[in-house]
Amino acid sequence: MAAQVNWGSGNSTISTPQVTGCVKTSKYNALNFLPMNLFEQFQRLANAYFLFLLFLQLIPQISSLAWYTTVVPLMVVLSITAVKDAIDDMVNWHSGIQGSLSCRIVTEKWMNVQVGDIIKLENNQIVTADILLLSSSEPYSLTYIETAELDGETNLKVKQAISVTSEMEDNLKLLSAFDGEVRCESPNNKLDKFTGILMYKGKNYLLNHDRLILRGCVIRNTDWCYGLVIFTGPDTKVMQNSGKSTFKRTHIDHLMNVLVLWIFLFLGSMCFLLAVGHYIWENNKGYYFQDYLPWEDYVTSSVFSATLIFWSYFIILNTMVPISLYVSVEIIRLGNSFYINWDQKMFYEPKNTPAQARTTTLNEELGQVKYVFSDKTGTLTQNIMIFNKCSINGMVYGMHVFLFSLSLGEILLCRLEKVDFSYNKLADPKFSFYDKTLVEAVKKGNHWVHLFFLSLSLCHTVISEEKVEGELVYQAQSPDEGALVTAARNFGFVFRSRTSETIMVVEMGKMRIYQLLAILDFNNVRKRMSVIVRTPENRILLFCKGADTILCKLLHPSCGSLKDITMDHLDDFASDGLRTLMVAYRELDSAFFQDWSKKHSEACLSLENRENKISIVYEEIERDLMLLGATAIEDKLQDGVPETILTLNKAKIKIWVLTGDKQETAVNIAYACNIFEDEMDEIFIVEGNNDETVGGELRYEGRTATNGGEREGQGRFCPKSFWGSLECRCVLVLQAHALEGNLELELLRTACMCKGVICCRMTPLQKAQVVELVKKYKKAVTLAIGDGANDVSMIKVAHIGVGISGQEGMQAMLNSDYAFSQFRYLQRLLLVHGRWSYNRMCKFLSYFFYKNFAFTLVHVWYAFYSGFSAQTVYDTWFITFYNLVYTSLPVLGLSLFDQDVNETWSLRFPELYEPGQHNLYFNKKEFVKCLLHGIYSSFVLFFIPMGTVYNSVRKDGKEISDYQSFSLIVQTSLLCVVTMQIALETTYWTMISHVFTWGSLGFYFCILFFLYSDGLCLFFPDTFQFLGVARNTLNLPQMWLSVVLSMILCMLPVVGYQFLKPLHPLPYPIRTKLKHTASRRSAYAFSHKQGFGALITSGKTMKAKLPKKNSFPYKR
Amino acid sequence: MTWSATARGAHQPDNTAFTQQRLPAWHPLLSAGIALPLFFCAGLAFIGLGLGLYYSSNGIKELAYDYTGDPGTGNCSVCAAAGQGRAPPPRCSCAWYFSLPELFQGPVYLYYELTNFYQNNRRYGVSRDDSQLSGLPSSLRHPVNECAPYQYSAAGLPIAPCGAIANSLFNDSFSLWHQRRPNGPYVEVPLDRTGIAWWTDYHVKFRNPPLVNGSLALAFRGTAPPPNWHRPVYELSPDPNNTGFINQDFVVWMRTAALPTFRKLYARIRQGNYSAGLPRGAYRVNITYNYPVRAFGGHKSLIFSSISWMGGKNPFLGIAYLLVGSLCILVGFVMLVVYIRYQDQNDDEEDDE
Repeated sequence: MAAQVNWGSGNSTISTPQVTGCVKTSKYNALNFLPMNLFEQFQRLANAYFLFLLFLQLIPQISSLAWYTTVVPLMVVLSITAVKDAIDDMVNWHSGIQGSLSCRIVTEKWMNVQVGDIIKLENNQIVTADILLLSSSEPYSLTYIETAELDGETNLKVKQAISVTSEMEDNLKLLSAFDGEVRCESPNNKLDKFTGILMYKGKNYLLNHDRLILRGCVIRNTDWCYGLVIFTGPDTKVMQNSGKSTFKRTHIDHLMNVLVLWIFLFLGSMCFLLAVGHYIWENNKGYYFQDYLPWEDYVTSSVFSATLIFWSYFIILNTMVPISLYVSVEIIRLGNSFYINWDQKMFYEPKNTPAQARTTTLNEELGQVKYVFSDKTGTLTQNIMIFNKCSINGMVYGMHVFLFSLSLGEILLCRLEKVDFSYNKLADPKFSFYDKTLVEAVKKGNHWVHLFFLSLSLCHTVISEEKVEGELVYQAQSPDEGALVTAARNFGFVFRSRTSETIMVVEMGKMRIYQLLAILDFNNVRKRMSVIVRTPENRILLFCKGADTILCKLLHPSCGSLKDITMDHLDDFASDGLRTLMVAYRELDSAFFQDWSKKHSEACLSLENRENKISIVYEEIERDLMLLGATAIEDKLQDGVPETILTLNKAKIKIWVLTGDKQETAVNIAYACNIFEDEMDEIFIVEGNNDETVGGELRYEGRTATNGGEREGQGRFCPKSFWGSLECRCVLVLQAHALEGNLELELLRTACMCKGVICCRMTPLQKAQVVELVKKYKKAVTLAIGDGANDVSMIKVAHIGVGISGQEGMQAMLNSDYAFSQFRYLQRLLLVHGRWSYNRMCKFLSYFFYKNFAFTLVHVWYAFYSGFSAQTVYDTWFITFYNLVYTSLPVLGLSLFDQDVNETWSLRFPELYEPGQHNLYFNKKEFVKCLLHGIYSSFVLFFIPMGTVYNSVRKDGKEISDYQSFSLIVQTSLLCVVTMQIALETTYWTMISHVFTWGSLGFYFCILFFLYSDGLCLFFPDTFQFLGVARNTLNLPQMWLSVVLSMILCMLPVVGYQFLKPLHPLPYPIRTKLKHTASRRSAYAFSHKQGFGALITSGKTMKAKLPKKNSFPYKR
Repeated sequence: MTWSATARGAHQPDNTAFTQQRLPAWHPLLSAGIALPLFFCAGLAFIGLGLGLYYSSNGIKELAYDYTGDPGTGNCSVCAAAGQGRAPPPRCSCAWYFSLPELFQGPVYLYYELTNFYQNNRRYGVSRDDSQLSGLPSSLRHPVNECAPYQYSAAGLPIAPCGAIANSLFNDSFSLWHQRRPNGPYVEVPLDRTGIAWWTDYHVKFRNPPLVNGSLALAFRGTAPPPNWHRPVYELSPDPNNTGFINQDFVVWMRTAALPTFRKLYARIRQGNYSAGLPRGAYRVNITYNYPVRAFGGHKSLIFSSISWMGGKNPFLGIAYLLVGSLCILVGFVMLVVYIRYQDQNDDEEDDE
């Protein structure tokens, strides 16, 4: 392992950098936990503030409250947070271990792999470092990889080692003696570019992207390969692409910070006013009252006294910024995260994966999502292609019910029997088809059906592998192609093997060998592929399959009527969301073919403009085709995807599909899963390559949509929604390069008007850019959902990242905030858990602020009667315990158990989700309401007891207007009022809510008797001064009359408001019902790419045991 | 897959009502059918209660006299003028004459009322040492710092009781004389000066320090009385059960008031012929005028009051209950109107559809 890798361009000679793949995720150890954790906690503004308060309280001149009123809550808060941090850290520590896989001759964990190591990879392994391919088990050191994790494309790709290293094969001696030196570019995020030089035995070899296997790929169809590690860990291209992971905070967090700031300002101004009041009082009264209450020695003037009082009030009124706010919020989020983990309905049994809330800080944001950015492959689709229907010579075969099996056909499906393929020994047992008529047609020997399947079994670039006799394994470049060939195989046209010049097909049990004359390969412009074969009968046939739009122009005029019928069928297929291909053939004249063949080889050999010339030659022969039929392949969606998307749409959540895949495929899936509906008015496709064209397209579309609206009054596509935004019934399809210009805003404006948006050909970073764009300009909550490494960046950027787990790669999941294994769980996550979390959080915040305002502002009213002397209304112990003990459990109960509507209704009426998106339940306005309500309550809470005790006596003549009795009355009233308030807020009374709510009130009285008991007060007379107050005051009728009065006065407006509020119905958006005829659309989609045809004809991939150093002629 | 090795369903969450958020629950809805009757019932109940409270408060008799001595308000103005600007004010006494045309229904209680006196000022309120007052000898010698500047006397002796509250102890005294017949002799009406403090305060909270050789005076040796006091704390009363820290006037004073206007019980009239109340006739209250209040604009009054089942005269609760009851009914009506209108609207909408 002496290979040396130097990064950086040119002649830099840095010694091998030791970069490990392991990421340290755990922060603490047993020793540094306490100091580090405390240090971190005090970095939080709130905690630091309370520390500051504590110091203020220790200054005797201004201390208006005993020190323990702050210390006790602070200690509790700090220790709860510390415990939570410790648990979080332990979880992190475990996940650090989990990520590793094993491979290598000396089996080593991936985390230990270092730059410069040579490692062995085996079939179906996931690569977790960027590796320079040295040699492989396949001829010519080819290595097949699947890059679905990287770009979402599902086809196989080929990488080839350079010849020098490929000679080493699996000779360990040679490999371990390999002492080449690689100089290459420094780590970057370009997935499709790599430049480097290998210096080996004094020679320089150029390295390019084709030699590099990137992290996140999966090795396919290759028994083993050896590679040199170039980049590891964070330097790999994928990781470079995954963007920085930022600490996510929710909107509520931001709002909370703003509100806390507001409260500070309010607090400051309050203290200032009270200090002014104190100044006036000291001047008018305090000065003359000095006989009985002399000023302190250090107080020289009332101004100075007022300055001190400012701080004294600052201490007293600090409970407006409740210390337990942040910790309560964290507890609530934690609890609501656990509900997600525990949810059985988000547990996917086949893969044994429960849903996972990997962050516990974002819950309520789940109830506010407006934009969902979804990956396509592996997220919406299962990445499985199924031969579903076909049309042969004007006849449709294939079950129609099949597609609807999920919604209504579950029972129907059970009655359908799978077609029995037992007549065919080579059939793939996993293949299933539900229409017997097709098999019967095959068995009867229908000429067209036979020709159709023959063409499917010949016209492809699949490679077969037959390790055990009769067990064929197809290695297809795309799953579509695999599905077609497998279908042909099951119906009795088994593609068995190929060499570079022949194709062996078992036709209804008979072995026939076709001579492969040419492969006219696929590319994006041609959208078709053809093969030319010579049958054993010496006929020359051309089979062609391709997009209907292209192919129907190339048909022979004689099949006009058949074409019309087939096109009708294709429309049906397309509207079912199937991926269609047309199949045609042509019988060639031998002489004509010879002639063409010559032209073809000339074109192939030409040096200039070869591509162009070849395609012209191809076109010459691909005409006058005879239509055979059409195939329809189902890109199998994940279970329940269309229903989920329909539900999310009803909840006014916009779904954007961001995929690395091609436009056709993406659009097709969009139709299949209801993102696009057939009655959508218009599809805008932005395909321009530069700013100008893209801009033009956008402007045109914007005009079409909005002008249409003006013309027809109500709006043709874009009825104004209730919330004032335009809601169009049109969709937008974007290509990646639309993003490259400076048209962000224009693009976004158009995109956000549309109902659905699809972005194709996205690199991982571009996906993130799109999310970023929406985040930046739309103040809406975004959610990104994906399964592969290519989604990591957007998952990290979005407000909420959701990973689909249970797929092979763990990248997305490990970077996500929430993970589950089926897309359909998203609706439950958002509409049930998200909505509940949001509602609970909002209720919690409103109530929490309210109860603290009501609690604190009573001091302000009292100031007017106590000479602005920073006298508290309550007993200091009540202040200590109020937030921590007396009122914490009820509000926690509310925010952990409350449900305004149950899950069934949440899912049945997705419209209930909308208020969250518009942030209606807790915003600045709601906060002001809380403040006003708090002020009102505190007013009632002060003046009712004051009126009650004013000059009033007990029935034995002793006075009750003393300070301590007054305190007791006010604090009891306060607790009763806030308990009643929470009882009004609670809509879902579980046993636990009852216990928490009424239990806390009962507990208050118990504590009261304890704190005011003789024993405790005599033991610590200075700390517990309220001896006997409970006994003397709680038996007074006046007190209870006053408590009831305060309660009723505080409840009355709330009940009235709650009663009158639902009487104002939310205006529903005007629904314009416009009928649109479904436009004809082609469902052509094929996840296929040029590249295999040449390889096959070159013979590179042939497994025929040819001599290795054979000078097998192949064209470069 | 790492977890495919584990048994199927191994990671399945528990199916309990708690984890699945399906706890049985009561789901109350604030419907018109509940809210409206609630409002009306509550309103009626409150009005009833309010009427009762109002009348019982109105039935209580009060007789008050402001003896602050503002010029021209009676013979106490002499004392007030004499005490003006002199500290300590000279001993002075004045009297208040009044006559009752009919029986003042008993039991009658005598209160003094101070206004503009900020017993609830924070600095005033903390200026006491509760451990000293609970009889702890160590605190007797070392009063807490909160008592400053009444912590130590000028001579350096600890003040007992320390603090501003104790120092400002109300020291006017009253005696009541009854003239049964016109021009007849005035007979002193016995005032019961015990049992005016809270039972818990007198028996539990306030305690004298342990006696030294059976003498309270010795127990307080080495301490100084508060500067405003004329006599040490152990001489507040000759009655050994009413002197020192457990002197009832002192205990009452030490229970600081919540508001700047407050009443404190001075005595109960319940002995002899006066247990049923004060009979008709002329009365004289002899006032020993010691306590200066005019400096800070305060007033002091004397109040005779009778008591009902719910204490003294305080019309507040009655009026408040009446008001809130009416408010409930009013809001109930408003809600009813809105509700009916809304229902009509709803019906119309349903007809339209």
